[in-house]
Amino acid sequence: MANEVHSSASNASNSVILVVAWLGVGLPLAWGVALTVTKALALFR
Amino acid sequence: MASLLSKERTIAGPGFNRWLIPPCALATHLCIGQAYALSVFNLPLTRELGITKSLPDDWKLTDLGWIFTIGIFVLGASAALFGKWVQSEGPRKSGFVAAVCWGVGFLIGALGIQLHQLWLVYLGYGVIGGCGLGIGYITPVSTLISWFPDRRGMATGMAIMGFGGGALVASPLSDILMHHFASPTSTGVASTWTTLGVIYLVMMLAGAFGYRVPAPGWKPEGWTPSNEKARTLVTTNNVTPASAMRTPQFWLLWVVLCLNVTAGIGVLGQASAMIQEVFKGTITPSAAAGFVGLLSLFNMAGRFLWASLSDKIGRKATYACFFTLGPALYALVPLGGKLGSVPLFVGCFCVILTMYGGGFSTIPAYLADVFGAKYVSAVHGRILTAWSAAGVFGPLLVNYIRQFQIEAGVPKYQAYNVTMYIMAGLLVVAFFANLAVRPVGDRFAERTEPQAQAGNPRPALAQR
Repeated sequence: MANEVHSSASNASNSVILVVAWLGVGLPLAWGVALTVTKALALFR
Repeated sequence: MASLLSKERTIAGPGFNRWLIPPCALATHLCIGQAYALSVFNLPLTRELGITKSLPDDWKLTDLGWIFTIGIFVLGASAALFGKWVQSEGPRKSGFVAAVCWGVGFLIGALGIQLHQLWLVYLGYGVIGGCGLGIGYITPVSTLISWFPDRRGMATGMAIMGFGGGALVASPLSDILMHHFASPTSTGVASTWTTLGVIYLVMMLAGAFGYRVPAPGWKPEGWTPSNEKARTLVTTNNVTPASAMRTPQFWLLWVVLCLNVTAGIGVLGQASAMIQEVFKGTITPSAAAGFVGLLSLFNMAGRFLWASLSDKIGRKATYACFFTLGPALYALVPLGGKLGSVPLFVGCFCVILTMYGGGFSTIPAYLADVFGAKYVSAVHGRILTAWSAAGVFGPLLVNYIRQFQIEAGVPKYQAYNVTMYIMAGLLVVAFFANLAVRPVGDRFAERTEPQAQAGNPRPALAQR
């Protein structure tokens, strides 16, 4: 029982780390992509 | 500290989620990808003394161009020189060294700007930062291939996509920081470099400490290496970096990478001027800047998409796509200019740039297929010298051909046509080099102990 609780807490913590890690690199990249696309629209105006 | 960085300390425990490795790799590559955005500092650096206008003692653009050239040259040289060390010491130590080199390189460069000593900028950003570029570039490759033996292309493509995307983040971030730090007595570049150096150091260290290597014998659930054996060129043995360099396959792939990069880099450097001259009066400088941004975006996307596709169709077929589609598109570009069709012109270049990026991101998996995964970082490091060579030849080729055309009386808007046909020709040569890549001969495969004792080398390759 104690092992199961420990395992599920560990899985939850792993998932949080995974989400944080991907957000850490994904958000700056998404910001850069959004700005680039906005600027590129001038090409077709 | 040394033990904290050792390879043994990075062996993942049971239940480790392999999807934690790509963000660590992206953290490294997003930071070093700043190199592609270095040009945003060019104009402010030409008026470091005059602030509002250049003074006679201010740095010239031609002097500043050397910062990037040295950086890219040192990237290739350090990747080749330290590839074996990166492989043996593991991703955490090499990621740590890359972070320190890249971050400290910025700080020394900032000091050079503050003191107006260009040699310090060359040393900081070019040499020390260049080492960070080279070591950082190859650091995640071997680790990703170990974690994703079932999707080598996608995994390395994801990391190398970060290198393409780094400029998309660095360029606007640098603009914001320069505006923030600018004052009547400063352009704000030195403070911007200091801030960037600290940001990159922290982000790359976070990536370095997140790296884990799989435990010996680990493989993805449900995956067996025999699935991969069905593929042509996929070797089951390993070739050491020194032996790899003695194979024709290494040099054929070197030519493939070099020509693919030469064709792309020549275009990237001239994109803004080219579209404005071809569509004179139609394309404004801000629209041209949008075009350059769009090319960076497609360069980045191609790194992920083509490398992922290579997992399905094979590496050789992927490069064959580059070298059949590429020449056709280069040949179409002059037509786009002649018809005055901006969408055709832009569309051709966007697809070309996906293949330029795809060439970078698919090569690690190609090398792992041909020479084995064991020494892939070291072999990859050595083949990156092709990038250094292309970084010099590509822009030179485009500039000289254009200049020659203009001096021969060709109108400016047509001066790029011959360049496009020459680029198409280079890709045709690359097509044949790729076609000539065959499985590596048995004699080059590294012998394992029992084989060496028995004196009976196993066949190096599993072929279809």
